[in-house]
Amino acid sequence: MIGYAVLTPFIAALFAPVLVRLFGHWAAWILALVPAFICYRLVDYIPAIAKGERVLESHAWLDGFGINYSFLVDGLSLTFAFLIAGIGFFIVLYSGGYLKGHKHLGRFLATLLAFMGSMLGLVLADNLITLFVFWEATSITSFLLIGFDHERMASRRSALQALIITGLGGLVMLAGFALMGIIGGTFELSELFTKSDVIKGNELYTAVFWLVMAGAFTKSAQVPFHSWLANAMEAPTPVSAYLHSATMVKAGVYLIMRTTPILGGTDLWETVLPIVGGATLIIGTILAVRDTDMKLMLAYTTVASLGLLVMMLGVGSDRAIEGAVLYLIAHSFFKGALFMVVGTVDHEAGTRQITKLGGLRSAMPITALAAGLAALSMCGLPPFLGFLAKESIYHALSHGGVFEWSLAITAIIGNALMFGVAASIAIRPFMGRWIDPPKSVHEGSLMLVLGPVVLSLIGLVSALSLSFMQPHFFAPMISAVAGREVPIDLHLWGGVNTALVLSVITVGLGVAVFIMMPSLRKSFDQLLTFIGWGPDKGFDQAITGLTWFAGRFTNALQTGEIRTYMRTTFLITALALLVPMFVLNIWPQAPEFPKMRPWEIGVFLFLTLGVLQVVLARTRLTAIVSIGVQGIAVALTFMMFGAPDLSFTQFMVETLSVVILALVLTRLRLMRIDRRSVGAGIIDGSIALGVGVGMASLLMLVTQGPLDLRLSEFFSTHSYAIAHGRNIVNVILVDFRALDTLGEITVVLIAGVSALALIRVRPSGDSTPGAKDLIQSDPSTKEASS
Amino acid sequence: MNTLILRTIAPTLTSLMVIYSIIVLLSGHNQPGGGFIGGLIAASAFALYGIACGVGPVRRALYFHPIAISGFGMLLAGLSGVVSFYKDVPYLTGLWWFPKFSGGIEVPLSTPLFFDIGVWLVVVGSLVSIALALEEKD
Repeated sequence: MIGYAVLTPFIAALFAPVLVRLFGHWAAWILALVPAFICYRLVDYIPAIAKGERVLESHAWLDGFGINYSFLVDGLSLTFAFLIAGIGFFIVLYSGGYLKGHKHLGRFLATLLAFMGSMLGLVLADNLITLFVFWEATSITSFLLIGFDHERMASRRSALQALIITGLGGLVMLAGFALMGIIGGTFELSELFTKSDVIKGNELYTAVFWLVMAGAFTKSAQVPFHSWLANAMEAPTPVSAYLHSATMVKAGVYLIMRTTPILGGTDLWETVLPIVGGATLIIGTILAVRDTDMKLMLAYTTVASLGLLVMMLGVGSDRAIEGAVLYLIAHSFFKGALFMVVGTVDHEAGTRQITKLGGLRSAMPITALAAGLAALSMCGLPPFLGFLAKESIYHALSHGGVFEWSLAITAIIGNALMFGVAASIAIRPFMGRWIDPPKSVHEGSLMLVLGPVVLSLIGLVSALSLSFMQPHFFAPMISAVAGREVPIDLHLWGGVNTALVLSVITVGLGVAVFIMMPSLRKSFDQLLTFIGWGPDKGFDQAITGLTWFAGRFTNALQTGEIRTYMRTTFLITALALLVPMFVLNIWPQAPEFPKMRPWEIGVFLFLTLGVLQVVLARTRLTAIVSIGVQGIAVALTFMMFGAPDLSFTQFMVETLSVVILALVLTRLRLMRIDRRSVGAGIIDGSIALGVGVGMASLLMLVTQGPLDLRLSEFFSTHSYAIAHGRNIVNVILVDFRALDTLGEITVVLIAGVSALALIRVRPSGDSTPGAKDLIQSDPSTKEASS
Repeated sequence: MNTLILRTIAPTLTSLMVIYSIIVLLSGHNQPGGGFIGGLIAASAFALYGIACGVGPVRRALYFHPIAISGFGMLLAGLSGVVSFYKDVPYLTGLWWFPKFSGGIEVPLSTPLFFDIGVWLVVVGSLVSIALALEEKD
C-alpha cells in the first residue's frame, strides 16, 4: 500500500498543468490534497512504529537479481515521510501564492510533486536499488526545479552544477550499494541490518564506506561539495524552502542514518564523519555571516546544519544520535519557515538584502511573528525544539575525551555564529528604523503566510507536547538510527548541568555575534577575498578543463579529411584480416586453376581491365566509371555461378553508386585530376593490396573449410512449406530473418536522413563547440567562493 | 546531361522502370526480386528522370517528400509485425490469408508482403532523397 502512496505524487504531477489551466493558482489547494492524503495514510503506521515494530512491503521487480520494489517503514523512514509530505503540503500552497499568475506555474507544481514522490520513495525504500532509482530521480527533478527560471544563465549553471555533483555522487554511491549487496548477499536494507558484522569484517569495507559516503556527502553538501547548495538559491524560493529544509539535502543525512546500523561504529566512520561534518559546520557559518542576501545566509546555515548533523552521526553514541535526530526535525521546521519568510519578504518588499530592509513589523506583522518563532528555535532557546536538540548535542559531546571536547568547541562556535545569523534575519528586516523598500509593502496572502506560521508553531508545540512526540516520533526514530532499542528521556528542564552551561555560553557568544555582525561580515569577507579560490571556482575550472580536453581530443581524432578516415579504416581492415593469419599461421592452399569456358574468361578479363583502369585513371570521373565497369563484371560473375538475386542487386547498386558518386563529384570542388605524391601513392597502394590479399585469403580459407549445410538445408526445406515462397533469399529477408531486415532498413532510413542533412550544411565560419559555450562566466552569477 | 534524346525518352523509361520495379517487388517471393531490388530499380528510375528533366518535376510527381515516403515505409514494415501480437505469436512472424474472389481467383495475402512493400518504400525514399538533393543546384 505504501508503494502505491509513493506513486500518487507522480500521478498528480501529470494532472497539475491541466488543473492550473482550469483553476489558476487555486489549483495549489487541490494539489495540496495529495501530500495531505499521504500524511493521512501514514498516520495508520504510528501505533505499530511506536511499539518498535517494522513494517515491510515488497513487490517483485527483477526477482532474479534480488531487486525488488520494496519498502521499509520504521521510526526513521516514517518521521522522514511525515516531514516530506507535511512540509510538502505547505510548500505546494506557498508555491501557488508565490508564483501566482506565472505562466509556468503548472509545470512548476508538476515538477515539485514529482520531486516529492521521489523523495518519499527514497526514504521509504527497503531495496538499495529502489532507493538508488528514487535518489537519482530527486537529482533530476531538483535539476528541473533549480533550473526552473531557465532563461537565465545563472539558473542554468546552478542547475547543471547541482545535477553534476549530486548525480555523480549518486553513481559512485551505486557502486557502493552494489558492493554492499554482494558482500551482504542481499539488497534489502532490512536484511542488511543483520549482516553488519559481515560487511564491517570484509576487506572491502573501506571501499564500501567511501563509495556510500560519496553519495551522502555530495547530496548533503558537505565540504568540498557545498557550492551547489548555495548556488541552488537561483531557484524560486518555494524550491529552496523545500529542498533545503526537509528534503533534498537531508537525503544524504538520511543515508548516513540509514546505514549507521550497517556501516557505523568503526574507527573510519568515527574519524571521517566528525571531521568532514565539523569542517562543513565552520565553513558554512563563516560563509553565512559573510553574506547579506538573506536567502544565501539561510543557505549557508543549512550547509552548516548539515555539517553539524554529519558530525553528530559520526560520533555515533546514543546521545549523539538523539541530538542529530532532534536537530534534524527541528531544522526542517525552522529552516522551512525561515526560507518561506524570506521569500514572502522578497515577494512583497522587492528585495532580500538584509541591509536594505528595516521596520517591516508594522506592515507584515504575521510574517514577522513567524520569523521570530522560527528564529527562536534556530537559536536553540527554550521552550523550542531547537533547544532540546542543542541540549542533547552538548550532552553527547561533553561526556568524552579530547576529541569530543574539540567537537564540542566546534559546535559552540558554529551554533553561536548561526545564532547571530538567525537573530539578524528575524530582527533586522522587521525591527528598528523603517527603510523604504523597492516595493510598497503589505502582508502576504494566506497561501504565503500559512506555511511559515504553522511550521514555526510546530517547532514550539512539538517541544511542549513531549509526552506525545517522544514515544511516537523521537524514540522510534532514534532507535531506528541506532539499530536497537535506545532508552531516551527528554526534558525541557533537566536541571543545571554541563550541557546547560554550554548552552548559556552559546547564547552569550551568539548575542555578541549578532551585535558585531557588520564588522564580522567585513573581516570574513576580507579573509575569503584573500583566499580567493573555492570549490565553486574549482567546479568551473574542472568543467572548462574537461570540455577543453574533449575538444582537443576530438580535433586530434577527427581531422575532417576523408583521405585520413579512409586510410585508417582500410589499414585496420587489412590488419584485422592479415594479423590473425600470421599469428595462427593458417593460410589458404593455392587453389587449383579451374577449367574456364571462353565467356567466363571474357568476364574475368573485363573485371581485371576495370580494376587496372581505376588505378591508372587520370581523372576522378574516369575512375568512378571504371569502378562501375568492374562492378558490372562482378555482377556477371554472380550470375554465371547461380546467384541471380545477388547479381540483380549488384547491377542496381553499381548503377546507382556510379550515378550518386558522379553527382557528388559535381558538387564537391575537387581537383578533377587526382594528384598524389609518390610516397602517398605507395602507402595507399600497400594498404589497398593488404586489404585485397587479406580478403581473398579469407574467402579462400572459408571455402576450403568444410561447409556446414544445416542452415541452407533448413531454409530450402522450409521456405515453401511454411513461408509460401520459392525465392529463398527473399523468404529469409522478409520472413525468417525479418527482424534483421527491419534493422537494416532503419539504417537505410537514417543514412538517408543524415545524407540529406549533410548535403544541406553550408560551411560557415568556425562551428567547433568550445568550452565557452557550455559554461560561460556570467556577471550575474553569484560569486560564491570559499 | 540535358540532351534531347534523354529528355524525350526519360518519361517513358522511368514509367517502365517503375512498373517493372513493382513487378519485381510483388513477384519477389517466388522469383528473383523483392523489396530491396525493386526499390533500387525505382530509385534509379527517379534519379534518371531527375537528371533528364530536372528535380522539380520529380518532386511534383512524387508529391510527398522522399524522406516522408521512407518514413512511411519504415512504419509499414514495423506495423506489419504487430499483427502477430493478435495471434499470440512472436513479433514479425509471417501470417498468411488466402481470400477467394469470384471466378475462383485466389489472392495470397501475407504480413511479409506488407513488410516487403515497407522495405521497397524505405529504399526508394532514402535513395531518391539523396539523389535529388545532390542533383539540385543551389
